[in-house]
Amino acid sequence: MYQIIEKEALVPNIIYLKINAPNIGRAAHPGQFVIIRVDETGERTPMGLAGWDEDEGTIDIVFYVLGTSTMKLGTLKEGDYIMNLVGPLGTPTEIENFGTVICACGCFGIGPAMARIKALKEAGNRVITVVEGRSREFIFWEDKMKANSDELHVLTGSGGCGELGWTNDFIKRRLKEGKDVDRIFVHGCPFMMMECSKASEPYGVKTTVSLTPLMVDGTGMCGACRVEVGGETKFACVDGPDFDGHEVNWETLVLRLRQFIPQEDRSHMLWERENWHKLVEVSPRAFNPTLGRMEGEKVEKKSRRAVIVNDADRCTKMPRPPQDLSHQPRTLTMQRGAI
Amino acid sequence: MPKQSPEERRRNFLEVALGYSEEQAIEEANRCLECKKPRCMEGCPVGVDIPHFIKAIREGEMWNAVRTIKSKNSLPGICGRVCPQEVQCESRCVLGKKGAPLAIGRLERFAADWEARCGLLKKCASDPDAENEDAPSAKVQPPTGKKVAVVGAGPAGLTCAADLALRGHKVTIFEALHDAGGVLIYGIPEFRLPKKIVRSEVDYVKTLGVNFELDAVVGRLVQVDELLKTGFDAVFLGIGAGAPRFLNIPGENLNGVYSANEYLTRVNLMKAYKFPKYDTPIRQGRKVAVVGGGNVAMDAARCAVRLGADEVHVVYRRSEAEMPARLEEIENAKEEGVIFDFLTNPTRFVADDRGRVAGMEVVNMVLGEPDDSGRRRPVADLGSEHVMDVDTVIIAVGTTPNPLLPANTPGLETTRWGTLVVDDDGRTTREGVWAGGDITTGGATVISAMGAGKKAAEDIDRWLREDGSWNR
Repeated sequence: MYQIIEKEALVPNIIYLKINAPNIGRAAHPGQFVIIRVDETGERTPMGLAGWDEDEGTIDIVFYVLGTSTMKLGTLKEGDYIMNLVGPLGTPTEIENFGTVICACGCFGIGPAMARIKALKEAGNRVITVVEGRSREFIFWEDKMKANSDELHVLTGSGGCGELGWTNDFIKRRLKEGKDVDRIFVHGCPFMMMECSKASEPYGVKTTVSLTPLMVDGTGMCGACRVEVGGETKFACVDGPDFDGHEVNWETLVLRLRQFIPQEDRSHMLWERENWHKLVEVSPRAFNPTLGRMEGEKVEKKSRRAVIVNDADRCTKMPRPPQDLSHQPRTLTMQRGAI
Repeated sequence: MPKQSPEERRRNFLEVALGYSEEQAIEEANRCLECKKPRCMEGCPVGVDIPHFIKAIREGEMWNAVRTIKSKNSLPGICGRVCPQEVQCESRCVLGKKGAPLAIGRLERFAADWEARCGLLKKCASDPDAENEDAPSAKVQPPTGKKVAVVGAGPAGLTCAADLALRGHKVTIFEALHDAGGVLIYGIPEFRLPKKIVRSEVDYVKTLGVNFELDAVVGRLVQVDELLKTGFDAVFLGIGAGAPRFLNIPGENLNGVYSANEYLTRVNLMKAYKFPKYDTPIRQGRKVAVVGGGNVAMDAARCAVRLGADEVHVVYRRSEAEMPARLEEIENAKEEGVIFDFLTNPTRFVADDRGRVAGMEVVNMVLGEPDDSGRRRPVADLGSEHVMDVDTVIIAVGTTPNPLLPANTPGLETTRWGTLVVDDDGRTTREGVWAGGDITTGGATVISAMGAGKKAAEDIDRWLREDGSWNR
């Protein structure tokens, strides 16, 4: 059993947890992940390590509340216990002095990217961090990123703050200007990682992406997490999670990520119906810290479900999964934020 | 032995074979001829005193039978169910020359179940030797002060740990998954080996003083070197052959194509058959094809039947005679309506417009000259390609050793198949490190892994007491 030491809702639907796990804290490296099983009936869900503290014996994770597992995890309070926590898993990111590196991140990817930004900075790199969000309220840890980077660029799709655009626009612009960039690291949703890889490909700058597809055991035993990289089948849990973004078959990745959507949705709905009291017990801000906090903004008192539906609509743009499979979209449409 | 009827068991995950009643067990035990030179024991990889425990059952001294078995085999409830007795002890039985051999495996299972029913630690009226109520059914020797780390809580690891604990060593088992048992938990389905049995046998190993560290991936969380440096005198690697083998044909990464490991892990370990009560989903369509002909293929096919498939095919490239699965399992699968397509081999998978598998192109095979394994080599009959209409495919063509730990441990030599190089006693090329089970042999049986764990435990014990040189 692993105790939750600290919990914070960072931005709508993205939650930070500090968990007591002394052994993992001692062995962790940037780029690695853990697998969490919240309770007896839970799934095994991979989550990137956002940080760890060897002395305190803790690890940090940042996750997006989307399905049953993350909802269960999100309704736990400080002091509660997680049943199983396995890690650190995956091959650590190769960290050396590359020269100038761009670290692009967004959404829940800001978490694991943070561990990498720190390590790259410590290794003597000139770190340019570029972070994206649909709008201002989805950006977090700006101060942390600033403290560990030589340059920080905040981009929003709405242009509400910082620069207008997305991280791939930034990468393209930088490389077009001919500025020297030796390495690019991208952490975020598959669509964002794909776009960034496409942006850097013509310039031949090696772009490392971090893939966490569906996993079961996370130690190379089941092959659920297989991804196609450079025409070969790889297991993300042991061969990755870091891969060369120019070689990844993004379509297979996303198709495989979405293969259980009807089941996931059914499980999620049933869980919510049976556990509505848990959602009431956690504070109204547990899933949306901006509720009643945004200055000068008229805050509507919405139900938590309404907030989630609204967010999902705005951020993930994922259609409500149809009950019947035959209604699934015929062609694969990838969108930013779709997980 | 009584069984659930095929119509009934097609719809549930309860155990198929129901086991002997006490009367039936005694009746079966009475068939034993009590040979002067019993040959059955030669066939047992862990050397259980078979004539002795059969005699005990015949005389109604069940406790005595349990103790006889457990002095050699710490996991009788498991072995009684999943050992291929027909090629081991029962194949040597004199009765087998005329009619059916003595059902040694079923009697072993009966003894184990009898003990579980009576309570693991309770004193039994028919056991005059029990010194106190808490005594485990085998005696633990006084502590030696030596510490041993066992990596992997599968059959090899559990046996090795139990034997070392009985010899007075302090043992810690490191297990990567959240439950102990290895393949017994994630691989073998509930209806063939109820998880309750595995838990109770694991609990027995715990009563011997073995400490379990779950969620601990050796090779990532902690290295073998660190274990040896932080106070463990010896390390046993029973890490199995965990990596699934695929066919490497086009379309294998389509949705709906599972490795048998993934399919069985979802169903057994994560209990996907109880979805949505359990969160792990499994998606299976109406027409399922299982590729392969071993016990794992049978397990997967029979799970698919129970998950409600209309049609389940086992696609095997050789003929029925070459099938490596146990006869009993093939019979069970046939009874449950599994269709066998022999001399058929997949060549590619066909996708629908949503990236799911919608068909499997197969080619007919003919048997040619015998190969290294002595079985006739299947050769493709080109031009006979046709597409099978399937929406779920399970690949069960074997496993290879997981390279994670060997790659992270300096000094461990591997063969070109990825298995660890060991001598007869399980000593690896690294001082203080033993290995046994599938990691040294490639995919094999539960009992052979247990035999290897047992052998290694004896050698570890000898080495810890004598402290002799590593290379003999």
